[in-house]
Amino acid sequence: MLHVDSLAVARGEILGVVGPSGSGKSTLLRLLNFLELPSSGEIRFEEQLFGADKSIPLAVRRRITTVFQRPALLSRSVYENVRYGLTLRGKDDAELVMAALAQVGLADLAKQSARKLSGGEMQRVALARALVIEPDVLLLDEPTANLDPQNVASIESIAQSVKESAGTTIVLVTHNVFQARRLADRVLLLLDGEVVEVAQTEAFFEDPQDARTGAFVRGEMVY
Amino acid sequence: MLTGLLEAFNLILRGDADLAEIVLLSFQVSGLALFFSSLIGVPLGAQMALNHFRGHRLVSLLIYTGMGLPPVVAGLFVYLLLSRSGPLGGMDSGLVPTLFTPAAMIFAQTIIALPLVTGFTMAAVMAVDAELRRQIVALGATSWQMTLTILREARAGVAVAIMAGFGRVIAEVGAVMLVGGNIDHKTRVLTTAIVLETRKGEFDLAIALGLILLSLAFLSNLLMLRLQGTV
Repeated sequence: MLHVDSLAVARGEILGVVGPSGSGKSTLLRLLNFLELPSSGEIRFEEQLFGADKSIPLAVRRRITTVFQRPALLSRSVYENVRYGLTLRGKDDAELVMAALAQVGLADLAKQSARKLSGGEMQRVALARALVIEPDVLLLDEPTANLDPQNVASIESIAQSVKESAGTTIVLVTHNVFQARRLADRVLLLLDGEVVEVAQTEAFFEDPQDARTGAFVRGEMVY
Repeated sequence: MLTGLLEAFNLILRGDADLAEIVLLSFQVSGLALFFSSLIGVPLGAQMALNHFRGHRLVSLLIYTGMGLPPVVAGLFVYLLLSRSGPLGGMDSGLVPTLFTPAAMIFAQTIIALPLVTGFTMAAVMAVDAELRRQIVALGATSWQMTLTILREARAGVAVAIMAGFGRVIAEVGAVMLVGGNIDHKTRVLTTAIVLETRKGEFDLAIALGLILLSLAFLSNLLMLRLQGTV
């Protein structure tokens, strides 16, 4: 169960969410993507409030997207996978698709069957698929968990450039505290479904206010 | 068996008109039954797999039970429905099929094929990765778009569902005999013709018709697999 009194995500920031397994990180992302609704309380997106009793307009849902830990690709070509989100919106722009593929370094593999790629390549396809629809909010659920260092660096670089060039708001769930430190503007620690602390990255790691945050950052936390 | 095989070739090569009529009617009846059962069964199976509602378990149980429905029981049900004293038999409506017509046979075979198409489609859609479903919704798909996408991902299984339905109806005799009556030049199909010729002692002809039926079923499935892209 997730219990959040209040949490604000600023436009254009990268919020890193860290915490042990089962702390509610993925649940938080599902709520932010409106894949689930809160049993109580509300989620505000810009000026609109959404709770358990209110359906989410499609136009709002389509401004947010998630890249999950395990890339779930369609049994189609790389190009068709990246294009998919556009076709949902009644659009078809080959230039946009190829630009997204180029951004993730996979333009040469456009015609390849997506499911025959390596894990790192598949994750980059998933990322391109999310970027091509130009979301206002990009949710990354441990996107580099199973990847080699080269692919990790590649995806981190893409996330950083997306934030800087498009001003996309990113919420990054990660087990890798170093990754959170590298990428995030602010970091949030979740423990047992509760927000322990949220602070600017520097302060979070150098001067944590909560003892549990200190223990987590020092790697002393025993679960 | 060998004389039956030779008789089969003989019938086909000389272009026997009666045989052609029987084969054509067999495909028309079973083909249309398959069309209607797929039209209803594929979306129904998909919705059963993707949505949960009160009574879902009961409906699933009914579908799975229906998959084992004996064709002759389906025929009996349709017979009683359409007979003059039945609830639909008294209606003078162009929409209600009349007994001992191909329309009644199509109706009965649709009932036979529907649970199969629905049940296997449901299983095929349920087998699609749940993570993929979640990702599709996260990309902004409407419920309808998600269903279509998942059905496309499950297309191999859906093809199997349709093939299973076709295999069941092209080979059944109980229902079409009851509601069709095996009337020469009107409601005689391959399976009922086999029954007739066997009863008459025309075993070579019966074997020939049986081999033709088997071959047609084989070719139909081969075509389906080619369309599916697995052959």
